Amino acid sequence: MNALAAFAAGLLFGIGLIVSGMTDPGKVIGFLDLAGRWDPSLAFVMGGAILVGYFSFAAAGRRGRTFLGGAMQLPTRRDIDARLVAGSAVFGVGWGLAGFCPGPALVALGAGIDQAALFVAAMLAGMVIYDAAERLIHAPRRRAKA
Amino acid sequence: MSIDWTHFTPWASLFGGALIGVAAAMLVLLSGRIAGISGILGGLIALRRGDIAWRLAFVAGLLAAPTAMVLMGRELAPRIDAGLGMLLVAGLLVGLGTRYGSGCTSGHGVCGLSRLSPRSLVATGAFMAAGIATVFVTRHLLV
Repeated sequence: MNALAAFAAGLLFGIGLIVSGMTDPGKVIGFLDLAGRWDPSLAFVMGGAILVGYFSFAAAGRRGRTFLGGAMQLPTRRDIDARLVAGSAVFGVGWGLAGFCPGPALVALGAGIDQAALFVAAMLAGMVIYDAAERLIHAPRRRAKA
Repeated sequence: MSIDWTHFTPWASLFGGALIGVAAAMLVLLSGRIAGISGILGGLIALRRGDIAWRLAFVAGLLAAPTAMVLMGRELAPRIDAGLGMLLVAGLLVGLGTRYGSGCTSGHGVCGLSRLSPRSLVATGAFMAAGIATVFVTRHLLV
């Protein structure tokens, strides 16, 4: 049941990305290009998503369990550290270079677009490197400090 | 600054954004999870029992979306300027950055901002600023 709900959510999410224009890197770069001919569309995507999201997450926050009876697993961290800022900035550079972020890249891969396949492969490699660095470098250092 | 009126799609983007919001609502209200694509993918790299099926199902939904759109009569026509080398570098940076930064456009930009999370506000500011700076360099300084 959970997996079926997740599939439906993923499908609708992907359709939303296509309808909104997020799966077109040209449009994403047009939004980030403030000094050129600016396409403000992406602000409308975020506006539409957050408008719906605000009420949904408020409802989720009030509920202890999901409508399917499972646990509500919401993030609880509130600290702002260098990792958060530096990591997000590195992501932003990659986003600006290609115009793809993770969701739209997966959708474009689903459409059989070769460049998206290459991008997703490199993105997964980046995630594997993060996991390895976390296990081999960061976690031992944290343990040494503690 | 001049507006690119030929590509500007306020209504389609607002509607598509609302669909994204409804999808995120479905995932949190039914599965209790945040619709953050980088986090969902990242969790598939270090596999944990009982935490795999919903992630694979969500990714399968994303991959199936273009086929559903084709059935509704709309083809995906992305404009991709980046060459192969650039795509590789960009993908690597996106993979590393989103994992270190605990999220991407969906997890921080949509879900986090909807939850009024201070971490997501800072993260969204950082990736937007870095993206804008990168496009300024590649489109205006290096041309």
